Amino acid sequence: MTTVLPQQQQPAVEQAASVGCPAAVIRALCGRELVRFFRQRNRVIGALGQPLVFWILFAAGLGPSFRMPGQQAGVSYGEYFFPGVVVLIILFTAIFATISIIEDRREGFLQSVLVAPIPRWSMVLGKLLGGTLIALVQALVFLALGLFVGLKFTVLSVLAISVFLFILSLALTGLGFIIAWRMDSTQGFHAIMSVFLMPMWLLSGAFFPAGAGWLGWVVRLNPLTYGVAGLRRLLYWASANTLPAELPSAATCWIITGLFAAVTLALSWRVAAYRTTGDLL
Amino acid sequence: MLPAFSVSQLVHHYGQRCALDHLDLEIERGELFAILGPNGGGKTTLFRLLSTLIPIQQGSIRILGHDVTSHAALVRSRLGVVFQAPSLDRKLTVRENLHYQGPLYGLGGRELRERASQMLGRLGLTDREHDLVETLSGGLRRRVELAKGLLHRPPLLLLDEPSTGLDPGARSDLWNYLRQIRDEDGVTVVLTTHLLEEADKVDRLAILNQGRLVALDTPDNLRATVGGDSIMIDSPDPAVLAGEVAARFDCAAKVVEGRVRLEQPDGHRLVAQLVEAFPGRVQSITLGKPSLEDVFIDRTGHRFWNAEDDGAAAGGAGERNGKKAGRR
Repeated sequence: MTTVLPQQQQPAVEQAASVGCPAAVIRALCGRELVRFFRQRNRVIGALGQPLVFWILFAAGLGPSFRMPGQQAGVSYGEYFFPGVVVLIILFTAIFATISIIEDRREGFLQSVLVAPIPRWSMVLGKLLGGTLIALVQALVFLALGLFVGLKFTVLSVLAISVFLFILSLALTGLGFIIAWRMDSTQGFHAIMSVFLMPMWLLSGAFFPAGAGWLGWVVRLNPLTYGVAGLRRLLYWASANTLPAELPSAATCWIITGLFAAVTLALSWRVAAYRTTGDLL
Repeated sequence: MLPAFSVSQLVHHYGQRCALDHLDLEIERGELFAILGPNGGGKTTLFRLLSTLIPIQQGSIRILGHDVTSHAALVRSRLGVVFQAPSLDRKLTVRENLHYQGPLYGLGGRELRERASQMLGRLGLTDREHDLVETLSGGLRRRVELAKGLLHRPPLLLLDEPSTGLDPGARSDLWNYLRQIRDEDGVTVVLTTHLLEEADKVDRLAILNQGRLVALDTPDNLRATVGGDSIMIDSPDPAVLAGEVAARFDCAAKVVEGRVRLEQPDGHRLVAQLVEAFPGRVQSITLGKPSLEDVFIDRTGHRFWNAEDDGAAAGGAGERNGKKAGRR
């Protein structure tokens, strides 16, 4: 029964599509991420707890033998390590927020989004913004602990830190999304986490200062280095002269972190345009 | 009126495997329509193409007259889709699931709240609206899926194997509701199923086998094309009895899973003759009208179940009907 449709006129009432407005779609998908995250208390504990434990244990364990080179000789390891821990919190939270795309796929939620009359990029942006906001909130909560290691904040520095960390979180959620989109199991993601993401963090100047030789180059080529350095600069907003001279300039940090976010965002958008077999349950 | 779905020369491959082979199909508006087929028959592929989940490789689909590929957003806004795998967010409450679904279809604010309340009411979910989906039973979840799929008042509703995992009560509720939205809201309901008894409840059905359309009509018309009644006899020595029945009544009596089975027009007369002819050797005898499975066997030459496994080899009718006749 082959059907060749004649040029029938279409009923006028059926011409208008009630498609989702992108802003409303983004808000809805982002809101869902936030509700889901804060409802699963173990995720909150995991994302904040592990870095906190790292911070306390490493500060206690490495503190006595750690000496900053140069002007910052008096800085304790707990203080040196602090921006790195904030970035670790963002990394963990952002990444775990985006691997939920694997759960969305496996649990079937994603299917209903994929057949909705919405542009694909609004789905991507909703997911990424959700992860970004979760990461930002957690990082800011942890930042308050900085008061205990002698950090001083002003309204302006907190604002600047928030903007900077927002961009960094966006970059890292984007990175998580690119990795997670094609995966069909969270186990696979954990492998990537340990061989790629953790080393990326370890080699970002978060854990130890960039030295000379090949390791120094790896640190310099790592975009996350500029996230950690940028945050370090913002934390010592009022006393920038005490920072080591080899730390990248504030402008470099902002530009590279901005580029990092732009690239991961663009790539997320691009990968999401391709359907994967995982769309089909 | 334009047909709800108009499928033309649809071909779909997964690698080398051909899932749909030049399929043509038209579904009218206001129909309760089933796409029936064994697993692997191509119905899920057809569902994915109709729901716009996967892109068309070859051929075309028009939904309410609009081409699916060139008018994707328009077409999607007209479709309500209920997937076989649940699409609900289990960590959210029933109402939250609807709340986050609305904006995807341009619903928001008060309109969305009212529409959600209305759907929850119609599906009897009002008292559970603040429960997390993960705490609900399978039947209730399927109702939430329906509420979600119908939230934006789509004129067309697509469901993939909607009865899967439902107990008989929930299944019956589901069918009542599907009939209700067809009758009261004029919604065209298209569902896939591999359950023969379900396909009997629809207005029209298409039977797919190995990616091809093998039948398309109302269940009654399809059954009428087979003709004859089927008779099943329980006996202590079915093989011997089958031979004697075949010889005496000149018909093709066969042993199917330990019972004698034969097809004959005017079966009710033959039943009386059989019981009289073999006193004491007929333990029980059932008479059945031809089933959709008989239609399937008639059109494809093999039985419905495991059709993808024994494919061409299962031409022999000897074991073809493993299901009970005489239920209807």
